Amino acid sequence: MSAITRDEVAHLARLSRLALTDDELDHYATQLDAIIESVAKVAEVAAEDVPPSSHALPLTNVFRADEVRQSLTPEQALSGAPAVEDDRFRVPRILGEEA
Amino acid sequence: MSLIQKSAAELGALVAAGEVSAVEVAEAHLDRIAEVEPKINAFLHVDREVTLGQARAVDERLRSGERLGPLAGVPIAHKDIFTTRDMPTTAASRILEGWRPPYDATVTRRLREAGLVILGKTNLDEFAMGSSTENSAYGPTRNPWDLDKIPGGSSGGSSAAVAAYQAPLSTGTDTGGSIRQPAAVTGIVGMKPTYGGSSRYGLIAFASSLDTPGPFARNVLDAALLHEAFSGHDPLDSTSIDAPVPSVVEAARQGDVAGLRVGVVKEFGGEGFQPGVQARFNEAVALLESLGAKVVEISCPSFATALPAYYLIAPSECSSNLARFDAMRYGLRVGDDGTRSAEEVMALTRAAGFGPEVKRRIMLGTYALSSGYYDAYYGQAQKVRTVIAREFEAAYHQVDVLISPTTPTTAFPIGERADDPMAMYLADLCTIPSNLAGNAAISVPCGLADEDGLPVGLQIMAPVLGDDRCYRVAAAVEKALESRWGGPLLKEAPAL
Amino acid sequence: MTTTKMSYDEALDRFEPVLGLETHVELGTASKMFCGCRTMFGAPPNTQVCPTCLALPGSLPVANAQAIESTIRIGLALNCSIAEWCRFARKNYFYPDMPKNYQISQYDEPLCFDGYIDVEVDGETVRIEIERVHLEEDTGKSTHVGGATGRIHGADYSIVDYNRAGIPLVEIVTKPIPGADRLAPEVARAYVTELREIMRSLGVSDVRMEEGSLRCDVNVSLMPRGSSEWGTRTETKNVNSLRSVERAVRSEIERQGAVLADGGRIVQETRHFHEDTGTTTSGRSKEEAQDYRYFPEPDLVPIAPDPAWVAELKAALPELPSVKRKRLQAEWGLSDLDMQAMHNADAIDLVEATVAAGAPAADARKWWMGELARRANESGTALAELPITPAHIARVTELVASGALNDKLAREVLEGVLNGEGTPDEVVDKRGLKIVNDEGELSAIIDEVLAANADAAEKVRSGKIAAVGALVGGVMKASRGKADAARARVLILEKLGVSE
Ligand SMILES: [Mg+2]
Ligand SMILES: [Zn+2]
Repeated sequence: MSAITRDEVAHLARLSRLALTDDELDHYATQLDAIIESVAKVAEVAAEDVPPSSHALPLTNVFRADEVRQSLTPEQALSGAPAVEDDRFRVPRILGEEA
Repeated sequence: MSLIQKSAAELGALVAAGEVSAVEVAEAHLDRIAEVEPKINAFLHVDREVTLGQARAVDERLRSGERLGPLAGVPIAHKDIFTTRDMPTTAASRILEGWRPPYDATVTRRLREAGLVILGKTNLDEFAMGSSTENSAYGPTRNPWDLDKIPGGSSGGSSAAVAAYQAPLSTGTDTGGSIRQPAAVTGIVGMKPTYGGSSRYGLIAFASSLDTPGPFARNVLDAALLHEAFSGHDPLDSTSIDAPVPSVVEAARQGDVAGLRVGVVKEFGGEGFQPGVQARFNEAVALLESLGAKVVEISCPSFATALPAYYLIAPSECSSNLARFDAMRYGLRVGDDGTRSAEEVMALTRAAGFGPEVKRRIMLGTYALSSGYYDAYYGQAQKVRTVIAREFEAAYHQVDVLISPTTPTTAFPIGERADDPMAMYLADLCTIPSNLAGNAAISVPCGLADEDGLPVGLQIMAPVLGDDRCYRVAAAVEKALESRWGGPLLKEAPAL
Repeated sequence: MTTTKMSYDEALDRFEPVLGLETHVELGTASKMFCGCRTMFGAPPNTQVCPTCLALPGSLPVANAQAIESTIRIGLALNCSIAEWCRFARKNYFYPDMPKNYQISQYDEPLCFDGYIDVEVDGETVRIEIERVHLEEDTGKSTHVGGATGRIHGADYSIVDYNRAGIPLVEIVTKPIPGADRLAPEVARAYVTELREIMRSLGVSDVRMEEGSLRCDVNVSLMPRGSSEWGTRTETKNVNSLRSVERAVRSEIERQGAVLADGGRIVQETRHFHEDTGTTTSGRSKEEAQDYRYFPEPDLVPIAPDPAWVAELKAALPELPSVKRKRLQAEWGLSDLDMQAMHNADAIDLVEATVAAGAPAADARKWWMGELARRANESGTALAELPITPAHIARVTELVASGALNDKLAREVLEGVLNGEGTPDEVVDKRGLKIVNDEGELSAIIDEVLAANADAAEKVRSGKIAAVGALVGGVMKASRGKADAARARVLILEKLGVSE
């Protein structure tokens, strides 16, 4: 039985904002299936009472003082933008909730 | 001996003494780049004028009496994953083609402050995802030892540039072995510092909890000098360690292992390891014993699950880190014809702008973090991470350093593993545990494999902030082997 | 789209509402949550942005210490436990307002949890339990261009300003609130009002709903009377005034009541509140489930507040508004009703400040709740927004007490201050509003009035002392209100040789 179906891969692609072709979906479904099967080996390490590590080192409480630092100029901020209007980033229409 | 063959330490001394200018040193290396680059393809971006401008500024600073470090005037090749104000930064991805950052990475800034001269930006696997530099959107880099072989990855442009004498030094980043593995397969030195020992600010993130900037050089001392030049606490990186940089330069000069306890990782050897790699490693073990080290075998049984844990953690983090590449604020935008929605344009751009390995990892990470799968995959991988860190800790109660071959094989042919991700991932088998635990680790050349005459690397691992131990052992091995070989291993490389 | 509604009373006869409130408060820090950019409201577009809050490749966040402290203080003020160890988490979803396409927030490890506050509605105390208080970052702001309405729907494209992106945002989530019953809309409003006052008293936010520094999402579900099983809830987003909070709850009860009574079912969804109509409309359905793929933020290290420091913060909390109200009510000797009226008018702090500036409580209350409340009401502004200060009011009461002003003149002085003519003393000078205390001047006016009203004077002289009122009135009129009426009465009687 495969670990991941083509439909699931299509769902992952949607979640990841990747417009994949049907061929790509097939290709990735096969590859991801093999990879997932292999990485599932992590289950073999009995670690029930082991705390998970989200970080490499156990640092805590790293903060900065609430001080203002120099921002970019609008020119710098917008310098890489694909489209600009009125010192703002111009983006395609947003499908979202009606505000 | 021409300027390009000199070490970074020598070049720094010559510049400091006024015997040669930073501009002359830069020109010699720019000429070398122009000469061999068509064969190697180590660089994504070289701008002679920008580089010479930097060199002139360094000469000016030195003339005005400013005290710069020992690497002032020394040229460096900079991995194209660090932001640079005066050069494009692409992470070898189409999605960032031509992007000019409005800010310098902390590593970049410290290189400039130390008077290093940036020759250009080096090639890499797209967003540092890979072990061969074949995943670059701008074509593969070739191994100077054999142009049909990979130079390692992801920092393959940086390793090749140093091995091909295009630069005496280069920067890399190591997430699962991306410095040590390329160093091993190109016959140079590559160091992954302790996680948090070098700043990630301005390093385009692949996997935040693993990414570590580090140095490449043709010898251990040069690597230590570069390590010291750009490392240390950075308030702009919350995960940066607020502690002095371990005295790596001193350790590299010392190079003495008498009385040192060395553990050989039992799990990293034997089946799956190329005989020539195993043979050179075994000799290195014997060498260390002959130099007075106490060698014991150490078993770290969970290291076998480091690879699967890594291939859950790194993709999970990358699926989130790479979400910002969405065609809205910078970079590529595809399909914005006035009718399509932002959502569609994002998906079209990301499909067009990312290469297959990046897409594969984004989807794998998205899967591992999804509700319903999180505990079995990402959650369990994090527990494995704890188990591995504990095994390291237990080992370091018994020994001062652990050693293994850096890679199971020497450089493999370009194209050989391109369509087989699982085979490709095996290249990082021995290097990944140190990333998961945040430990320091170095790769130093230990000879050529008999089968193919290609370089083999010895990996030396040390605990968090034990970076100096890595250099100490590496320097001892280097000194002993070079006297045996009658010079550096790289002199065996064919002329380009 | 028309929405069928049921009358509120009918809906409440048949169903019992369960409330839930999610409130976002923008903290008033000088710099953003994870970078050093300024947080000024209304700055020119994209002038308060940097690599970090624009999510440029390579940038990293560093948490603002002040924001952490403010969040802990908020948690303490809401009677929460403070986590001994917790982490930030990434909430992953794509949206152009959100530069990283994930929000740094907190997931299963909020900084503060399990608290409560009590609010009073109609003389009843309702305990609102707080589920969690966590820290996150705000998004940028897009303007929708083209289309008829300026709304997102039907727009041709949008333009985005990221000045607001990364401003620290505290999210305060209640546990479900059953039992508010018919008072649910008022309870919702009272809760948000109380939160707002707590934020103000802590000094952590300017909580201006009109500028979006306090925003509210309202959850409502209905269950049939007699049932104990909660219904499906809807989440109405961005309800941005106190009045709207009340209206949104009411409207949603009426709508859901109609749907359920009709045999329909409530869809779990996000809804949007419309100020103009006071109704909600359907947004995104939650059934097409968002999977936010939360995971611990690897770019930030965990937070482990030192318990001793938390205890210090707790000890240093200011008196909370509800406690303060009780104390002031006792001090001022006011009835529940009077106190409630002052609370509703947002007058308590103003009266308190006026008392602090030296005025008697009764006078301070009289001015703020009388003349000034009337003025504020007329001009449609909040009491606190009137261009007059507690110190001004205290000075006016002082002038009245000293006899320099009477009530009528005092009102004129206030008008002058509100007109921007200066301080009370300046207005008195400019308008010449001092009571005529000069005996000579007053005597002259009285002589004139007596001469002009010989009949009335005669009546008084003949013992009809009640007639003196008309003469005093004449003096006040002749002096244009500036005479001291009591003194004038004494002098008139003296001049007419009459003793009382
Ligand atoms: Mg939130
Ligand atoms: Zn910023």
